[in-house]
Amino acid sequence: MSAVEKVVPPSIFEKSIDGRRASTVPAPGVNGTGASIPESARRKSPPRLPEVSEIDLVRHYTRLSRMNWAIDVGAYPLGSCSMKYNPKINETAASLPGIRAMHPWQIEQDTQGALALLFEMEQHLAEVTGMSRVTFQPAAGAQGELTGLLLMRAFHTANGDPRKTVLIPDSAHGTNPATVRLAGYKVKQIPSDERGLVDLKAVEAAVDEDVAGLMITNPNTLGLFEADIEKVAASLHSVGALLYYDGANLNAIMGVVRPGDMGFDVVHLNLHKTFSTPHGGGGPGSGPVAVSKRLEKYLPAPMPALDDKTGKYYWDNDRPDSIGRIHGFHGNFAVVARAYTYLRALGADGLHKVSERAVLNANYLRKRVEAEYPTAHPGLCMHEFVATAKPFKKYGVKGMDVAKRLIDLGFHPPTVYFPLVVEEALMAEPTETESKQELDLLAEAMLQIAGEAKESPEVLHEAPLTTPVGRLDEARAARHLQLKWEPDSAR
Amino acid sequence: MDYTPHTQQDVDEMLQVIGVDSVDALFDPIPKGLRLGRPLDIPAPMTESEVITLLSDLAGRNNGTESLRCFAGGGAYDHYIPAPVRALAFRSEFATSYTPYQPELSQGVLGALYEYQTMICELTGMEVSNASLYDGASALVEAVNLATAQTGRSRVIISEAINPNYRAVIETFGRALGYEFVTAKASGGITEWGDVTDAACLIAGQPNFFGCIEDLKQAADRIHGAGGLLIVHYDPLAAGVIEAPGVLGADVVTGEGQCLGNDLNFGGPYLGIFATKMEFVRRVPGRICGATLDVHGKPGFVLTLQAREQHIRREKANSNVCTNQTLMAVVATVYMSWLGPRGLEELGETCAARTAHAAQLLASVPGCSLKFDAPFFKEFVLQLPIKGADAVKALSAKGFLAGPSLESVSPDLTDCIVVAVTEKRSPEEIEGLAKALAEVVA
Repeated sequence: MSAVEKVVPPSIFEKSIDGRRASTVPAPGVNGTGASIPESARRKSPPRLPEVSEIDLVRHYTRLSRMNWAIDVGAYPLGSCSMKYNPKINETAASLPGIRAMHPWQIEQDTQGALALLFEMEQHLAEVTGMSRVTFQPAAGAQGELTGLLLMRAFHTANGDPRKTVLIPDSAHGTNPATVRLAGYKVKQIPSDERGLVDLKAVEAAVDEDVAGLMITNPNTLGLFEADIEKVAASLHSVGALLYYDGANLNAIMGVVRPGDMGFDVVHLNLHKTFSTPHGGGGPGSGPVAVSKRLEKYLPAPMPALDDKTGKYYWDNDRPDSIGRIHGFHGNFAVVARAYTYLRALGADGLHKVSERAVLNANYLRKRVEAEYPTAHPGLCMHEFVATAKPFKKYGVKGMDVAKRLIDLGFHPPTVYFPLVVEEALMAEPTETESKQELDLLAEAMLQIAGEAKESPEVLHEAPLTTPVGRLDEARAARHLQLKWEPDSAR
Repeated sequence: MDYTPHTQQDVDEMLQVIGVDSVDALFDPIPKGLRLGRPLDIPAPMTESEVITLLSDLAGRNNGTESLRCFAGGGAYDHYIPAPVRALAFRSEFATSYTPYQPELSQGVLGALYEYQTMICELTGMEVSNASLYDGASALVEAVNLATAQTGRSRVIISEAINPNYRAVIETFGRALGYEFVTAKASGGITEWGDVTDAACLIAGQPNFFGCIEDLKQAADRIHGAGGLLIVHYDPLAAGVIEAPGVLGADVVTGEGQCLGNDLNFGGPYLGIFATKMEFVRRVPGRICGATLDVHGKPGFVLTLQAREQHIRREKANSNVCTNQTLMAVVATVYMSWLGPRGLEELGETCAARTAHAAQLLASVPGCSLKFDAPFFKEFVLQLPIKGADAVKALSAKGFLAGPSLESVSPDLTDCIVVAVTEKRSPEEIEGLAKALAEVVA
């Protein structure tokens, strides 16, 4: 059933034969070789890279690729990751020489198209989020978060005191608290209430002049819209604190409601989630940060700008209050170019439809499986929902067993054991690009597993059986560290 | 174009199962008063042919390395990208997968990352590599965080001959954590470290931003004598000819892996290389791939040491990195396998020889000279009789891409530019550049 090839191939090192090669390199063709490198700085023994022919290379990596699940292989309902279809035209756009073959130190007159793209994309994302300006330097969501908190820190510092703590709901992504520390703040956790929403009373009780801000995802990681968000914003703003929007879940609300209109001051987006750029097995991402008017002047330098008189684009380096640079160059430009292609193809109508269909799909799947997989908080969800595998506990079946069995039935599992506030959590985000028919198959697989959990739990414990390897011993990996290939290692 | 597959009948049937009568009703949890209530002010949808025409027009307003002969350096290089690298690394099974949270479904990416970590250790002479960071600058930021945590010190000494953009990034992130930054001058092209007492670390480039080859052994001895760490930002493509920093005493080696088969991309996505000693393994930021066994005793790969990471340790984590640049690491892995040890050495020799040749020719242009006497590898600093920034502009008009100009590094270098020579630049093109430069400075 699984589309993944079943054999673990040897590493490329095991295919290495002394004297074999795939590369061709031009000879120097000039007088003297490497004349400038002194003997004392020369490498004494060559690095042990593999020695393979081109066909060895092609077969090895082609076979590795076939041992990988991907959105192009099948459904990938990984919660909080927005694994939607990655349109091929985005790749065509990113491979244009005027995108791919641009050197980052090139001067403005040779990069007018690139600057125009960034300038226009900034305006479009400002409109989607309801914010004022956007920086594209952050290379991923986590770097966007840190950028956002440094902007908050700059704002407070300019007002006389950087302040001490940042409030975070207990359902938050783990990145949030890690980021808070890196921005020089302490974390204060805010509990969820019985509705699964941030506890407004707890926020109001925690807010004081030491609080720099609150980081929150809306919809939150339970897939629920934080209906009190305006009151949360008012509470923070009453003491001069700021509200930070983690954009991981923006896919639910495009064209419906905007972070800026909810009272947010800083927003980061994940272009590799909401805007369809391929996640590459773990990156590259792109984590642009949008801010309200009062934080504009702190944004990283340089910013793309347009000279109205000449009609020419340029880099605005004249930003005396800027927090400084975030990226070595201009951020993950080619990722932004893909997202721009997507945004322009969809237009306003398409973006709105994305959110409508994402929410439709999540609710449909939720409803199809709810008899066996109850959600912690009943009622409508947004673009994702968190079910629990707790009912199977009495049969000795855990959430991870359900996930592994789902692999055998031809699906990538939902996110398992997150958020931490739900026991045996299964967090499913089907995204808008899955069809009803695919969701029906997924729901039927989940219901089949529920039956198996009760009648033949060993089927779940043994899963997966269709993959190149069975369940892997993660504890062993951490205990006996093997982090690179050695001639005598098992792998 | 919106890539949603639903027919109206699908939508109706789904709404019926959900038990609401319209798609609008699904958004009932959002207070009415908060909603936008109008369409987004974004241009209308486009067909695929319309959108690619739009992108081609934008891209066509750029002049990149396919229309200009690229002699630009400064951390990004126009090396040849072999056909198999693109064909293999961008296979959609790699490109359209997420972080390998379910390892049984991700042995392809994990297997490639394991090879990547192995090859990076080989190139740098270090014991452990992570699975990548965002770019060279972010790798240095994380290296500084490792050094300050390890030593309990906050004084960071940065060579003047480090990419000024990287330095700016290190300072942006370091300020919030209270680090103190000191610049070590490099007036002769090579860093003079000065007083290193109480320093958490030294940051050196190898070769440095001026292309010059540093004396890492001496730097390592000095900082180790003072109880700090040596961080070296290394060009991974120098590894065929220039000694590995690990052999000379580096504690952390970072690098920019763009040159390992990745496109120039106007600055990103690039590849942050991070390698260190095993004794610091629990302070390594980001993802690490490890080997283990499955329930049947068969070898396989997982993301390991996750107890270091943000999703477990939350505010006690070393770093907040989760998404990294995995696909760029896969590109680098295929590229390094294509190159092999002999290819790597030949590439280094060709770059070094052609760079030396270019330096000789360009320095013989009237009014031009080499700024530094120190040995260099793939790029060098050329002093001009005019402003560097003006020369870069004028050379572009003649079809040559050079630079960066160095006014942002130091006011003393306003009349200087970097010139880089990769294996793609033929001897004829080098002569062409010399001729163009002669006209520009005349």
